[in-house]
Amino acid sequence: MEEKELVLSDDMFQPLDSSEKNNEFIAIESKTYLQDAWRRFKKNKLALAGLVFLVLITIAAIVIPMVSPYTYDGQDLANRNALPSLTHLMGTDRLGRDILVRVMYGARISLTIGFVAAFLNLIIGVVYGGISGFVGGKVDMIMMRIVDCIYAIPSTLYVILIMMIFGSNMYSVLLGISISSWVGMARQVRSQIQTLKQQEFSMAAFVIGASKKRILFKHLIINCMGPIIVSATLMVPNAIFTESFLSFIGIGISAPQASWGTLASEARGLVQSYPIQIVWPVAAICLTMLSLNFIGDGVGEALDPKKK
Amino acid sequence: MFKYILKRIVVGFVTLFILATVTFFLMKIIPGSPFAGENTKLPASVQEKLMAKYNLDKPILEQYVIYMKDAFQGDFGISTYRTGREVNDIIANGMPVTARLGFVAFVIAMVTGITLGTVAAFTKHKWVDNFVIALATLGVSVPGFLLALLLMIVFGVWLHLFPIVGLSSWRHYVLPAISLALSPIAMIARLTRSSMMEVMRQDYMVLARSKGSSQMKVILKHGLKNAMIPVVTYAGPLIATLMTGSFVIESLFSIPGIGAEYVTSISNRDYTMIMGLTIFFGAFIIIANIITDIINAVIDPRIKLGS
Repeated sequence: MEEKELVLSDDMFQPLDSSEKNNEFIAIESKTYLQDAWRRFKKNKLALAGLVFLVLITIAAIVIPMVSPYTYDGQDLANRNALPSLTHLMGTDRLGRDILVRVMYGARISLTIGFVAAFLNLIIGVVYGGISGFVGGKVDMIMMRIVDCIYAIPSTLYVILIMMIFGSNMYSVLLGISISSWVGMARQVRSQIQTLKQQEFSMAAFVIGASKKRILFKHLIINCMGPIIVSATLMVPNAIFTESFLSFIGIGISAPQASWGTLASEARGLVQSYPIQIVWPVAAICLTMLSLNFIGDGVGEALDPKKK
Repeated sequence: MFKYILKRIVVGFVTLFILATVTFFLMKIIPGSPFAGENTKLPASVQEKLMAKYNLDKPILEQYVIYMKDAFQGDFGISTYRTGREVNDIIANGMPVTARLGFVAFVIAMVTGITLGTVAAFTKHKWVDNFVIALATLGVSVPGFLLALLLMIVFGVWLHLFPIVGLSSWRHYVLPAISLALSPIAMIARLTRSSMMEVMRQDYMVLARSKGSSQMKVILKHGLKNAMIPVVTYAGPLIATLMTGSFVIESLFSIPGIGAEYVTSISNRDYTMIMGLTIFFGAFIIIANIITDIINAVIDPRIKLGS
């Protein structure tokens, strides 16, 4: 075997061009937790469609009552029960009120109730459950007995009682839902905190001298944010459902104000002669609930890839 | 076990006591006398007599003590709107109707939900699974009262297949029971499906198969039995769902149950009725939840009550 002579030349020892430096380094771009979740969320077509619908109806709810020539309670008795036309896109109701504006006005009420209730539910539930689970002992026991008491009664009963006193308006529906619905969240947060606080990272935070408040809010709650956000997302359709349910049986938001439940209830009497009138509020309720449920499922899968 | 049940019963009593107290004082905050409304133009002397009859002329704390004493003995007083009718009578008349309808809906929900969930978990056809999931999503998204309305229009008004008023024959049960059962069916199907899939991964399922049991036997005896635990847990909330659902379904179908009575009493501002029925509903749900927890512990030996 003839050995090839190794020739060393100068050009073998040139400095490497900086663009070639990391040629062999293979890694995907690092993403934050939320970016990663958003990427997974986008893959879920139904959830994305739900989000698009929700954004559209929110914009419509804000814009349409502002630009429309009609108001939600303006009556036009000469033009009652009109079918959909160019002047009234969804027609008019039994008092000649423009249904499109009323449905959009209802969207304002229903969506506000849904989101504000979910937000309050999130804040109260997380703080209450967090403290209860973190402090433990007697405090935990008393706090959880209170939760047990509230939890034992369906929230509809609370909302009805609150509405009896504060009257049939949006604020009493909100108050009623908020008073009763955070307990589920509090229970969930508490059990998560109880597990998390025994893990090493929490001990480590304690050892380096982090304050209790810091451990609870910066370490423990952050770590159980996934399931919390999912529950909060599913709270939105629940609140909207409760409101439309109460308005539908006539003890929720009352005329001339219009929530979707009120509209459906009003159109119910005319269902034989003008069936089109009930289609709008019913479609609005169903599509919104469907979108929100899809979004909830999507968020659940996006934040917890192990699921599914 | 016994200690746990005792504790649950005590907590239940305390809850009920607080609920009754809160309801009582909330009703007292509402301004105005129940007999001085716009609809009832009673002479002042009659109003005074009525106030005395309902103990409303006494100081509020005394009223509270009297009410709680009576309520504890199971006497919820007399309706302030339909003067002369006892709240207990109304409950006694309405409850059997509500219970029958609720029971039918409960059975429909359990049977349909569990079947759908099991089928979805085991099917080899992807479309069957997707169909069940779609149905379940629709079930949670479409409120029961809207479904009731739709069923009334389609099957009652257009097709004349089923009656839509009252509850006098089995055909009267079809539409209201389905409307009540819809969202529970969706919940149960989802629960059964996911818990079935969880159970399928367990070692004892592999063991059952390797012993040579038939597929059907594996599913029914080992799979379903274990997968039912979360479903049984849902039975407690399910009763609450059916109860609140009965408010609107009974009103819509003109069924003389206590759900419809409750809604009527709210519109009429019939304070004693509202108080009595709220406490009654509360007690009912608390008992249902305790029983659910006990059943759960009995069928699942892994659950240690009270720990």
